[in-house]
This record gives sequence, structure tokens and C-alpha cells, in this order.
Amino acid sequence: MVIDTLKCVGCSDCVVACQTENNVPIGYCRDWVTESVSGTYPSLDLELKSERCNHCDNAPCVRCCPTGASHIVEGGIVLVTGDECIGCGACIESCPYDARFQHPDGYVDKCTFCHHRLEKGQLPACVSVCPTKCMYFGDLDDPNSEVSQLLKSRKNKTLAPEAGTKPNVYYLT
Amino acid sequence: MEEELFISGRNLPNIDPSLQVWHWPISLYLFLGGLAAGLLFFAALFYLMGKDKEYPVAVKVASIIPPIALSVGLLALVYDLTHKLYTWQLYMTIRIESPMSWGAWVLLIVTPISFVWTFSYYREVYPKLEAKLQVFKRFKFLNSVEKFVIDNRKYMAYALIPLTLVLGVYTGILLSAFNARPLWNNAILGPLFLTSGLSTAAAAIILLSKTAKEKHMFGKIDLALITIELALIVHMIMGYYAGPEVQVEAMQLLVGGEFTLMFFGFVVILGLIVPGILELIELFNNKVPVIVPAILVIIGGLVFRFVMVEAGQLTRYLY
Repeated sequence: MVIDTLKCVGCSDCVVACQTENNVPIGYCRDWVTESVSGTYPSLDLELKSERCNHCDNAPCVRCCPTGASHIVEGGIVLVTGDECIGCGACIESCPYDARFQHPDGYVDKCTFCHHRLEKGQLPACVSVCPTKCMYFGDLDDPNSEVSQLLKSRKNKTLAPEAGTKPNVYYLT
Repeated sequence: MEEELFISGRNLPNIDPSLQVWHWPISLYLFLGGLAAGLLFFAALFYLMGKDKEYPVAVKVASIIPPIALSVGLLALVYDLTHKLYTWQLYMTIRIESPMSWGAWVLLIVTPISFVWTFSYYREVYPKLEAKLQVFKRFKFLNSVEKFVIDNRKYMAYALIPLTLVLGVYTGILLSAFNARPLWNNAILGPLFLTSGLSTAAAAIILLSKTAKEKHMFGKIDLALITIELALIVHMIMGYYAGPEVQVEAMQLLVGGEFTLMFFGFVVILGLIVPGILELIELFNNKVPVIVPAILVIIGGLVFRFVMVEAGQLTRYLY
């Protein structure tokens, strides 16, 4: 996933779309928007980012899961099988993005990149509703995909790359 | 200046503003697991050295603690799970990369052995209990089980030595495997928790022992373990100082931050240095009530687990 921080206006449509699409219980969220201000007044820099699970290549949550409930499916998406999850919280402790939470039903829940929509050939809910079209979803392994082209042509970054997880959500800056 | 905040109102329970996913049961378990591992290690070691008559508390009497400690610890672990009915899923797979999977499997083997070990000594340790237990007269097979267990103590002891070391180290590795929590993410935590577990076990043996010889022996062992533990703590803090920014920040919780009094006051000074000095004085044949350093070591070990679990969850990469 590639997100253009220059286009994002921080409207939180992606958050509401996700909560509706995935029946996320009230008080919880699988994605969220952050605002970061850096610099010294008057030369301040504002950045808006829609954040979520980074579906890391080197996913610490999958590594530390004692039951194998957290796993990586074909295509690189990290998912949790609710019926295999014991709710031990190891994956929550292991995630540098704090992208996972304990669902009120007990199992651990997080962003799935709307895997159920992708299977039908649709885009993730957050991407499809974004009013500024600042989010792009595609195959990073395919050099000709829109996301790969964007990363080639624009300056970009990932969050906390120093945590060593090889995250797959990129931010154009 | 840099400031970051959630504008979509993220406020996940137990995660924002700081992580509180693991609560007191985990700290309690880490302490009890380390204590039980240490006691079983000493029991197996002194049994294999043929010293069970010289050090009866280490081999026989104190072995009542591990089954209780492990049972309470395991209940505490399950209590802290949020999807408790699916606990059996732990035993549907072996995940080499997950310390928790290692721990679950090792506990599955060590816990029954700890019960059997105590069972094999109950006639010697509690001679009065034997007369009261009518069940053994009614169920003949229990007697043959007991005989089988007593005959095979040697093999249990051989199995216990590596298993208890894994159990002791695992209580630390469980935390250090999480690179998202900079305070935990240091390789020394495994050996440190093992040493601390062995040290609290030696202290527990001192508390229960009645002979001066055994008290003296475990006083010496405890003193050596306390010295190693202090050295490991120095290494741990040096490691944080030399680490990346997130680790330097994490360390400030322990040095000059929220947990300084708990860590240096209760763990380092009252839990290690003071009992170390008292045990040293005792070693030179001066009369010191050994109960004092022993209790200090045990309380220090317990506080140490709480400090590490609580403080570790305050440290993170983002937000």
C-alpha cells in the first residue's frame, strides 16, 4: 500500500469505512489518522498519515505467535485466525506499530487489507472511499504496478524502519 | 520540536496511551516460574551428586514448592489470556521461533515431573501424613507407581537439569524477543532472569533448611548468584546506554525515571546488595539471621519481574 501524505487531508473517512466494512466494535479501530508537526515556529511542517498494520515481510507478530494463529497468506498479507488465537497478547507486545488489539470477543484483531474484498477483485474499503484518492493499493513485487511506479518516481518512507520489520505501507512525502 | 497525535481519536483499550496488555499475572508467573525452575534445578543437581542426605531440604523438602508455584503460575497465565477457551491451541503446534511456544511445551513436561518428584519423597518428608492417607491402602496400584517413580528418580533428575535451565531462561527470553519494546529487547534478559530465579530458589532453600551446613552451602551459592546478577545488571544498563535512541530513552525509566526507586531501591540495593553483604558477613561465621537476606532476595526477585513487565510496556517506537 502506498499513501500520499501530500494529498491526505486527515478526514478519517478511511477509519469510518474500515469500521463499517469490517464490523469493528465501537471504541476500536483497525486504522487511524495521525498528525505530526515538526520544526520550530514559524517554519513548521505538518504531515497527515493514515496508519494501519504494515503487513511486514519480517513480521514479529507472526514469529512470536505460539499457536500459529498469526500467519502470512499468499501475496504477503498478515492475518489472524480467530479460532486459533488464545489472546496471549504476545503479538500486541511485538508490534512496533501497535496495530493490533484484543477484540471484545477475546481474539486479536487488526487490519486485513480487506482480504475478503481483494478476493472479489475489489480494493480495500479505506482505499476505495478516500475522497482525495491519496491511497494506492497494488502488488509491490510487480515492477509495473501503479504502487511500484509511484515508489520509483516519488520520495517515500516507511514507519520505524529501524525496528527491522520490513513494513509494506509506504508514505509519499 | 516534533509532535505527533492521533486525530482520528484512536484510543484502543489497553494500548493507548500506553500498552497494558500484560498485567500482574504475567509478572507473578515469571517470578514463580523462575523460582520453581531454580528449586527443581538444585533438587536434580544435588540428587545426581549423591548429596540428598547432606542437603535434604534442597532435594526433598523444598520440592513441595515447585508443583504449587507452577500450578499457581499456570493459572495466572491462563487468567491473563483473553481467549481462554482456546488455550488448547498452544498444544496443536510447535513453533520454534516463538518463545511462548517453547515455554508452553517445557511447562507441559516440567509441571508433571515436579508433582511426581514431590510424590516420590512424601513418605520421607511427611511420615505422619502417610498413616492418614488411606487412599494408598485402597488403591494398590498407587504403591507400585510410587515404587516405579522412586526407582527412576535418576532419569527424572537427568531430564530436569536441561528442562529447568530452558524454563529459567525462557522467562527472560519471552520478554527479550520483542524488539518493539526497547527495554526488553536485550539479549542479557534470559541469563539475568535465570540467575535471578536460581538466586530466589537458593534463598527459599535457606528459609526452609534446618541444618547450619545446608544454610551455609546455599548462602555461598546465593552469594555467587547475587554477584553474577549484579554484573549482568551492569551489563544490561551499559547495553542500553550504547544502544539506539529508543533504548537510551527506555533506560531512562530505570535510571532517573519513574521506576528508579523500585529498580535501584528494591531490586538492586534491598534485593541484591544488602542481602549479598549480609550473606558475606554470615560466611565469616558471624551470627546473622539468614532469614533476613533470604526474604530480601525473594522480594527483590518478585519486584524485579514487576518492574520489567510494567516498565517494558511503557517503551515503544512510535507515538
